This record gives sequence, structure tokens and C-alpha cells, in this order.
Amino acid sequence: MTPALKTHDLAVGYGRQPAVLSHINLAVAPGEMVCLLGVNGIGKSTLMRTLARMQPALGGSVEIDGRDISRMNQGELARKVAVVLTERVAIGAMPAYGLVALGRYPHTGWAGQLSDADRDIVAEAIAAVGAQHLAQRDINELSDGERQRILIARALAQRPAVLLLDEPSAFLDVSARVEIMAMLRRLAREQQVAVVLSSHDLELSLRTADTLWLVDRAGAMHVGAPEDLLADGSVAGVFSGPEVVFSTLERSFKIRGHGAVRAFVTGPGEQADLARSVLEREGLLVVAAEEGAELRIVVATSGWEGSGAHGGGRGSSFAELALFARRQAQGSHDV
Amino acid sequence: MTRNHDGQDDALDHRASPRVAIASAVASSGAYHTVVLGIALALLVATFIAAICLGSTSIPLGTVFGALTGQPASGNPDFDIITAIRLPRAITACLAGAALGVAGLQMQTLMRNPLADPFVLGITSGASLGVALVVLASGSAIGSFLTGGMGLGGGFAIVIASTLGGLCVLAPTLAIASRLQNPSTVLIFGLMTGYAVSAFVTLLVAGAAPDQLQRWIAWGFGSFSAVTWNELQIFGPVVVLGLVVAAVTIKQLNALLLGENYARSMGLNTTAMRILTMAAASLLAGAVTAYCGPIGFLGIAVPHVARSLLKSSDHRVLVPAAIVLGALTALLAQLVALLPGQFGVLPLNAVTALIGAPIVAFVILRSRKGIFVG
Repeated sequence: MTPALKTHDLAVGYGRQPAVLSHINLAVAPGEMVCLLGVNGIGKSTLMRTLARMQPALGGSVEIDGRDISRMNQGELARKVAVVLTERVAIGAMPAYGLVALGRYPHTGWAGQLSDADRDIVAEAIAAVGAQHLAQRDINELSDGERQRILIARALAQRPAVLLLDEPSAFLDVSARVEIMAMLRRLAREQQVAVVLSSHDLELSLRTADTLWLVDRAGAMHVGAPEDLLADGSVAGVFSGPEVVFSTLERSFKIRGHGAVRAFVTGPGEQADLARSVLEREGLLVVAAEEGAELRIVVATSGWEGSGAHGGGRGSSFAELALFARRQAQGSHDV
Repeated sequence: MTRNHDGQDDALDHRASPRVAIASAVASSGAYHTVVLGIALALLVATFIAAICLGSTSIPLGTVFGALTGQPASGNPDFDIITAIRLPRAITACLAGAALGVAGLQMQTLMRNPLADPFVLGITSGASLGVALVVLASGSAIGSFLTGGMGLGGGFAIVIASTLGGLCVLAPTLAIASRLQNPSTVLIFGLMTGYAVSAFVTLLVAGAAPDQLQRWIAWGFGSFSAVTWNELQIFGPVVVLGLVVAAVTIKQLNALLLGENYARSMGLNTTAMRILTMAAASLLAGAVTAYCGPIGFLGIAVPHVARSLLKSSDHRVLVPAAIVLGALTALLAQLVALLPGQFGVLPLNAVTALIGAPIVAFVILRSRKGIFVG
């Protein structure tokens, strides 16, 4: 299949300064959902802006449906690429329908009059984001999540081959965030549009993206399915820091244990898992073998019992276990 | 392309009913806009006729209709008053009000700032400077153009000078606006530029002879009465040209509601649009300033009244509404200015400020989400 979006040896950055990212070769197929990940300030927004031609490439090229975007006029580009930006949309009074209808801009005549076909596309875009009930509401009355849906519908009404979203879930609460990402994935498939979004939400991106574009701290681009980048350690390499470590297995961040105290946990599966997460949060190193562990915790449904170098203890709640673990870690520091 | 088509057809089959519901709701808001615009238009016609009836002497309605429908004058002196004074004055008021309303709307949309208007952004001050320079350079008495002393050629020179003067002040403000996202910084910069230019104009005019100075001050009060049929031959087409620019860029103005980045992503050449809109607003405000004096508050108040009456930011209804409501407000201001009757007229600028300032204050206080929501 011809890629919807393709870059050749692309370099992005500002003016005469050295390129922020360079030698970028990427391809996105229609219907594919890509998440661009990387730490702050590494050049994610710069790359997104360059793909949307909101700033010129420093080198190389971007092709959409096989055509170099630098050779397209503004109208042609607008019929191929639609964007959802982080900037606030502040309009005095406009129904959500009107905002979505603005997406038809590059397809209508000089007067901007909507044809029946345009109206069908607008209504379909509103339905595709599940916002029929919002169509007549003023956009100022919408919640952040609802407004984001409407802005995505506006971009869909533009009928692009490529949909670029700059941190679409940035200002949303947790449930709206998950909803938007799941919706984008469905839209990519249904509308056969190539979706590229930049995100800070690593865990959610790992679960929803077909492909990750992961920029490491040296500015190199790692491309692959989330599981491939998890398996080769790229994700953990980029996102582990002095305080947290990214656990490949659990696909989530953990507070980095300093390993001063090794703890071993036994007990029924779920209870033991919860006890392990308590110990990890307290900075203990949870080990898989009893041998060599300074702290030994036995968990049962009724409570827990622990014995370690700094005395033993028992309790019925995980809060008490946390206190016990803290004392053990503290004691080892004092020695 | 094919893939889009397939997806569309699929979705259409599944989701026919919501589209019907949406379409009917949209139609009802369209009907509301038509009703509001219709009422405003009827009020405009009534006020226009009232503006011809009322003045230092009242003229009966019958005579007014007679004169307007082109009955032979038959020696009635009221006919002369109507054709020589009141009709051009009322037409001037309509044109000036429409021009300022539309220029204010253009500025507010372009800058995404509800407090922007030709006066605040210094277009009016710049236009005053242009007028002052032409009048001083031509050696004619300041304000002589007001009595038609400069003829058509001079009239063109004044319009061009005031438009260029307005543009010269507006351009740096807009250049700053494109770099700074903070709307209040941009507004204050515009205000300061306007003050500086006004100060320069004051210095220019300060050396003038006392009678010239007095006429300059009178011009500064604002008036729709100085424009005769001769001046209307320039003023009319210039204003219509500016209004036509606004009318044919309605689609682009709507795209700008989303901000320049979104507008560009939808295919709008924002640089060209910015220059075209600046030029049109400067032409509209410049022409009004040249012929009627620096008139404040209409430009800022009219778009707000239009938005709150129509409950819409869509320029397809706002541009006609700004024209009709601008003309209506200017005629009302003209009528209020005539209230003293035989004892003279009130300065037009005082009247527009008295009408406009409370409207602007009301709009600002009422908006729950702060004033910087265009």
C-alpha cells in the first residue's frame, strides 16, 4: 500500500540553528495510528509542525499521498492534511455544528456555501466522534473533552489523508483521555486516515498506537510497534530517570528502588502483588528468591507478617505494611 | 479518494437520522437570524425617514415621501432642505456607521480581540495625521475641505492620505500582534501609538491661526453634516468598496475565528488576508475620518451589539448586521445630536461616546468568560 505520509531524510528545526531532529525516515499507511513520544523539548512539536508545513523543513522532504508537500499550494495541502492544535479556540458564540462546518473550508467555493454533500460530510464527522447531541450546543459551554471531540470532527470534515494532532489529550481528565485515544484509533481504521499524534501519555500510547515514533534523549528516532520498542529496551531507556524506572513488563513507571533492602514476598497471588507494589513504592528492592533477602513478608487474606534485620511486625492493612517497610529501610540507612 | 468515498457511504447508511435532526436545528437558527436582521432593517428605514423629518425645522412625513419619491419640487422650500441637507446627511450617517461597524468587526476578528476597533488601534489617529498633513501641505485653510472648497481632486487626496495614515499606524500594531500572543499588550501598543500620533497632529495644528484651529477642533467633534452630494461622489464609492471587500471575505473571516494557525491549515493565505483586511479597514475608517471627523465607539460597539443580538460569531450574519446596525446607530446618534433643536447641535463624538461607552461596558461586564473571548 502507498503510504499516506512519508518522509525522506527529513531534518527539522529553526532557521540557522542546528537541526533539532535530522535524518528522519518515516512512513504511515492509511488507517494506521502513530504516537510520537519523547521527553519534553526534544523536538516533537517541531516535527509535528514540519509535517503540517506550519514551518519549513531544514532538509529532506515530506510526501503526502506520494506528493512533496513543499510543492503543494495552500488549498491542496489543506485537502490532504488536517490538524488539531493545542492552542485554545476562543470564539464568542458558535454552535459546535458551525465549528465542524468550518472544516469544509478548502472544499467550498468563494462564498463558503455548503452543498448537500458538504452537509452530509459535516454530519458524518459529528456522528463519527459521537457528538450528535452536542451539535447545537455553543462551543463555550462544552467540557474540554467534548470540545476536543468537536475539534477532531472539524479536522475530519476537512477529509484529510493525514490527521495530525498535537497532544490531543493534554488538557483532558483521565477518562476523557482514554476515550479520545480509543476514538482516534477507531477513526483511523473506519476513515482509513493516517493518524499521527504527539503525546506525553506513554502508558496510554503503548496501549493504543499501532506504531510508536520514539525520540530518545540523543535525538535518534526509534520506530516500531509498541511491543517491539518495549522488547528492545528503547522505551525503558528513554523514560527511566534517576527517580523512576519504566517497567517493560508492567508497561508503567515505578519509583526507583535504591536496593538498600531486599525484600521477598510470599502469599496468594493478588495479595502478594499488592504487597510488592507497596514495598517498591517504599524504595525496597523486591527480589524473586528468598535467598539473600533481608526482609521476608508473608501475606495472607487476613493480613501480613514480616521479619527483617530490624525486627519483625504484623498488621492487617497495606498502610501498616508501608509503615513497617519504611522503618526497615530507615533502619538500614541509620546503620 | 476512493477510500474516503466508501467510508462516507457506509456512514451515511447508518447515520441518516442525526443528520436530519442537525439540519432542522440549523435551519431554525437561520430563521432567527433572518427575523433579527429584518427587524433591524425596518428600524433602519424608519430612523432614516425620521432623520429626514427632524432637524432645526420639522418637515411633515408627506413632504418627505414626496421628495423621496421624486415628485416635482413645486416651489416647496422643504424640498430644498431635504435634497440639499437632510438626504445627504442621512446617507452620510448610514455610510459612516456601516463603515465603522464593519471596520470594527474586521479588526476584532483579525486580532481576535473584542476591544479592537479603528479608534483604539490608532487608525483614526493615523487618518487624522494624513488629513492634517494634506491640508497643511496644500496651504489651504484647515477644515476648508469640509465646506467642499477643495473639489473632487482634493477630496481624493484627503481620502488617500487618511487611508495611508491609518495603515501606517495599523501596520506596526498588527506586526506586533502576529508575534505577541497577549491581546492586552497589543491593544496597549495600539493605544500608545494612537496617542503618540495624536500628539504629533496636535503639534502640527498648534501653530495654525486661531480660526483654522477652531475649525480643526470643530472637525474633531465629528459631524455628518459637512458631506454634500459632491463629497458623496467620493465618500460613497470608497465606503462601498470597503464594504464589498468585507462581504467577499466572509468565508476567510470565519476561518480566522479559529486563529491564524488553524486558518492556514485550512488553506487560507493568512498574510494576504491580513493585508487585505488591514487595507479595507483603513480605507473605511480613513474615509469616515476624512469626511466626518474622528468618530469613536461606533466601531467597537456595533459588532458587539450585532453578536449579542444574533447570538452568533458567523460573519455571514455579522457582516450584514454590522452594516445595518452601524447605519442605524449612526442615524440615532445624529438624531440625538439634533435634540437641542434651534439651540444648535451636540458634538457627534460626545453622542457616540455616550451611546457606545455603556454598551461596551455592559458587554464586558456581562461576559462571564472574560473579555478576551472574541
